[in-house]
Amino acid sequence: MINQISVFLENKPGTLNEMTAIFAENKIDIRAFSLAETKDFGIARLIVDDGYEAMNVLKEADFVANFSPVLAFAIPDEPGGLNHLLQKFTDAKVNIEYMYASLGGKDSDSAYMIFRVSDTKQSEAALIAQGLKPLSQDDISEI
Amino acid sequence: MGERYYQEDIECMPREKLRELQSEKLKKQVQHVWDHVPYYRKKMEEKGVSPADIQSIDDLHKLPFLSKADLRDSYPYGLMGVDKKDCVRIHSTSGTTGKRVMAFYTQHDVDLWEDCCARAIMATGATAEDVCHVAYGYGLFTGGAGLHGGSHKVGCLTVPISSGNTDRQIMFINDLSATLLCCTPSYAAYLAERMNEMGYGPDDIPLKYGIFGAEAWSEEMRQDIQKKMGIKAYDIYGLTELSGPGVAFECSAQKGMHINEDHFIAEIIDPDTGEVLPDGSEGELVFTSLDKEAFPVLRYRTRDICKLNYEKCSCGRTHVRMAKPMGRSDDMLIIRGVNVFPSQIETVLLNHGYGANYQIIVDRVNNTDTFEVRVEMTPEMFTDNIGEIEARQKDLTDGLKAMLGIKAKVTLVAPKSITRSEGKAVRVIDNRKI
Repeated sequence: MINQISVFLENKPGTLNEMTAIFAENKIDIRAFSLAETKDFGIARLIVDDGYEAMNVLKEADFVANFSPVLAFAIPDEPGGLNHLLQKFTDAKVNIEYMYASLGGKDSDSAYMIFRVSDTKQSEAALIAQGLKPLSQDDISEI
Repeated sequence: MGERYYQEDIECMPREKLRELQSEKLKKQVQHVWDHVPYYRKKMEEKGVSPADIQSIDDLHKLPFLSKADLRDSYPYGLMGVDKKDCVRIHSTSGTTGKRVMAFYTQHDVDLWEDCCARAIMATGATAEDVCHVAYGYGLFTGGAGLHGGSHKVGCLTVPISSGNTDRQIMFINDLSATLLCCTPSYAAYLAERMNEMGYGPDDIPLKYGIFGAEAWSEEMRQDIQKKMGIKAYDIYGLTELSGPGVAFECSAQKGMHINEDHFIAEIIDPDTGEVLPDGSEGELVFTSLDKEAFPVLRYRTRDICKLNYEKCSCGRTHVRMAKPMGRSDDMLIIRGVNVFPSQIETVLLNHGYGANYQIIVDRVNNTDTFEVRVEMTPEMFTDNIGEIEARQKDLTDGLKAMLGIKAKVTLVAPKSITRSEGKAVRVIDNRKI
């Protein structure tokens, strides 16, 4: 299980850039990122190298943000990679609330899939039982 | 066409005689209140005033004020001046818990109120020949009932259509050849636009005059409605505390609204000191009802800021004219004809787990008020689940609707993003140009 940072973004020009500027200033590296939006507001969902530091600097800048537990898996960057992974979710009867992807580093032939699931702890156990190996916070930091 | 009056002897009564009439009525009314409204009697005793001190309207200033807070403290029956069995009706403002005004009427009170509305109707030139289309809301709101009753008194064919269902309204206006339209100015503007869209120009629309009140409107809006509908539009003023619409109305001269002074005495006071200001000054409008029985308010502070004009009017009426209110001495907003206090919004926000950091933005787009409540997102309310946040947003919208009676657009904004001046949040931004 790893910590995703979820950030509330008001729907107006510049808010997203304000957030990335804070990361840039504080040398926080974004590993994976997705944006969910409604017509009124948005939520940025991020995996970063140092989650606690990111949370501190966001709060200092008056952003509303929290940690949400997510599961991350590395899959081979090849056709059928995601399908194989999702088959295990189906077999483990795990419900996915949302997911997003991040390609691996320059030399990597892996992609990283981030999943928000209903009951993280129980789901994680069920997926491990299917032979999957979720990434840890350290794995993410080292990517 | 000469000026038409409903009660010419009263409406054009020489001012000296009017003063005598007012003084007579005031003496009786003060005695009535003293005898039947312990709440106000206590206020008088605290001020050391008794009915014997009130011999004419020159003594009016000796009486204590009544405020909205008094109405709240005495809710619902505390200011009632007669036995419940003698009351025939209640009306109420749209505000809710704590802010709602509940007004009672005897048959006599209903009659005098309808007379006031009948004067407003005839001042437009309308007579028993006319078809009066009443598109104010009916029910607790005074708008529908007041103009409906006035229309009956004049003898117009009255169409009690109430508000809503615009296309049906237009069908009735056209099919019945309605000549007088009564509704809020924003609804009149909307109707006008819709009729034009449907291909009815000012020459096709049978309406000749309109009486529009219950919310502030500008001269530009009047011109716009007049042009689109081919009518003459008249303003009307009133408040539930005093009966409803018809406390004051415009005549053909359209230079201020004549206050029905045989029923209501108007004063202008300094809102800070309570002192009565000289004629022609701008200040808070205070009303004393002279012959209402069931809800006899004395020196009621309206919080409306306005000016009175005692000059003789070209229409022949002698009653004083009030200018359109220029603002409020409290923080009440009137949005789509509904009274809204920022404190009500704050209550709903706190009940829904939000902080008290909010901002109300009111504007007028296409002659209709827009109403937005911006709320700062808090860490407690935030989750990464969009559906959950949207559900809370909807809960809040529903809660505001239940409290205020009108729908607000709820916008979630970033923390500390609401403008603060000298550390204090700016609660209301009213961009309406009225």
